[in-house]
Amino acid sequence: MTEHTKPVSRYTTAARINHWITAVSLILLALSGMALFHPSLYFLTYLFGGGQITRAIHPWIGVVLGISFLGLFIRFFALNFWNRDDTIWMKNLGAVINNKEEGLPELGKYNAGQKLVFWGQSILILLLLGSGFVLWDTYFASYTTIDQKRWSAVIHALCAIGAILIWIVHVYAAIWVKGTLRAMTQGSVTGGWAWKHHRKWFRQEVGKP
Amino acid sequence: MSVLQALDLRRRSASSVPPLPAGKPAAVAVAKLIDVSKCIGCKACQTACLEWNQLDQPIGYTDGSYDNPTDLTTASWTVMRFTEYEHGDDLEWLIRKDGCMHCDDPGCLKACPAPGAIVQYTNGIVDFISDNCIGCGYCVKGCPFNIPRISQTTSKAYKCTLCSDRVVVGQAPACAKACPTQAIYFGTKEEMIAHAGKRIVDLKSRGYQNAGLYNPAGVNGTHVMYVLQHADKPSLYAGLPDDPHISPLVGIWKGVMKPLSLAAIAFAGAFGFLHYVTKGPNTVTEHDEEKAAELAGTDRAGSDKA
Repeated sequence: MTEHTKPVSRYTTAARINHWITAVSLILLALSGMALFHPSLYFLTYLFGGGQITRAIHPWIGVVLGISFLGLFIRFFALNFWNRDDTIWMKNLGAVINNKEEGLPELGKYNAGQKLVFWGQSILILLLLGSGFVLWDTYFASYTTIDQKRWSAVIHALCAIGAILIWIVHVYAAIWVKGTLRAMTQGSVTGGWAWKHHRKWFRQEVGKP
Repeated sequence: MSVLQALDLRRRSASSVPPLPAGKPAAVAVAKLIDVSKCIGCKACQTACLEWNQLDQPIGYTDGSYDNPTDLTTASWTVMRFTEYEHGDDLEWLIRKDGCMHCDDPGCLKACPAPGAIVQYTNGIVDFISDNCIGCGYCVKGCPFNIPRISQTTSKAYKCTLCSDRVVVGQAPACAKACPTQAIYFGTKEEMIAHAGKRIVDLKSRGYQNAGLYNPAGVNGTHVMYVLQHADKPSLYAGLPDDPHISPLVGIWKGVMKPLSLAAIAFAGAFGFLHYVTKGPNTVTEHDEEKAAELAGTDRAGSDKA
């Protein structure tokens, strides 16, 4: 396809690096966490050098993710507040899924689905960090009761599954909606992509609201 | 501990395939019976445990009671817990030898994520296999009695083995061997229950109307049992649980949550795949690019392709 406009800048280099540090941490956390969650997946501990090392390294990767995600949160939270158009978009989710989004309101930088991914991961990562510290016996065993640790184990596992499910939606959306991935690899999208999916944002970018 | 060839497994942690039948008769269930009414608190059992298992308990600090050390540690797998029980004009000194109860339904084993780090032999003994232990502390969360301790130096969990290495060669546990008042018995579980029955009759004849056996049903019975003077109130004995059972939280975490979580992830993956196959990708068309150029007011088609 021919591009008729200059590429539209969507993410700065710093934002992209921030995103990919978060992405790699989240994948490593999911692999090491699943290894310790389900015996059938215990073999994943070999990726990290065995059970002891997996157990020791998982919380440290969590710390990296926590700091990295905080960076993403600060960058993007202002763009993710819910508005009336998001409610309309969600009511027409069926049309979106059927690739028929033409009649929907023009969107800013993020659509309602992206905003839900953002807030969902923000809340779940906060809960995962909190419960994770309670489970980090090496340093924090003496600060909580055993019953608090049991609650944390359940909350940690539930939130982790939630975060993995949101991650699947996030990755699939990037595969499904063509032209999206280059925003996070090259930092820009085509004018057509911006016009089709985020027209209000595109208008701002080209200075013609 | 090493798994001894002579001890067959009944349960193995984090293993979907149950241990193979040994092809020989299952070992007789064993039990240790601790008669609290006969204990004089001499701590010979603690010493014998340290000696037999070659453990080194560093000298610590007293908390003003006779409890020494004040809690179970990675080296002290058994500790005498002293309670002064006052009722009316009476003062009773209740001395309970604390340590692993060797639950018939072990919560530690249920919670353990490392295959084979916790095993239960056919004789009922629950053993930690250090070689497979990853030091995660899940056993601590699974245990209804607060027994396992994680070493800060080796990152492994430790607790009483019921001297599985002695039992396998027909010896009683070191603590039972050392006890000068024979407050610790060891034998088949059946024999121990029968013996406890006689002791309870004796205690009742001496005015302990509520004397009884502590063999809690909530964990399907234990392979370490107590004869208590006040079996109606086990918590008198330094917080021995009145009705121990594996926490329902552990039940959810280690039960329904595991298959449901994997199913949810598989479903999400399958949904995405099917969506792509049936609905296809969402693509930007030439028309979209033209409209974009129209809006931006700069059609650069053909001059500079990105």
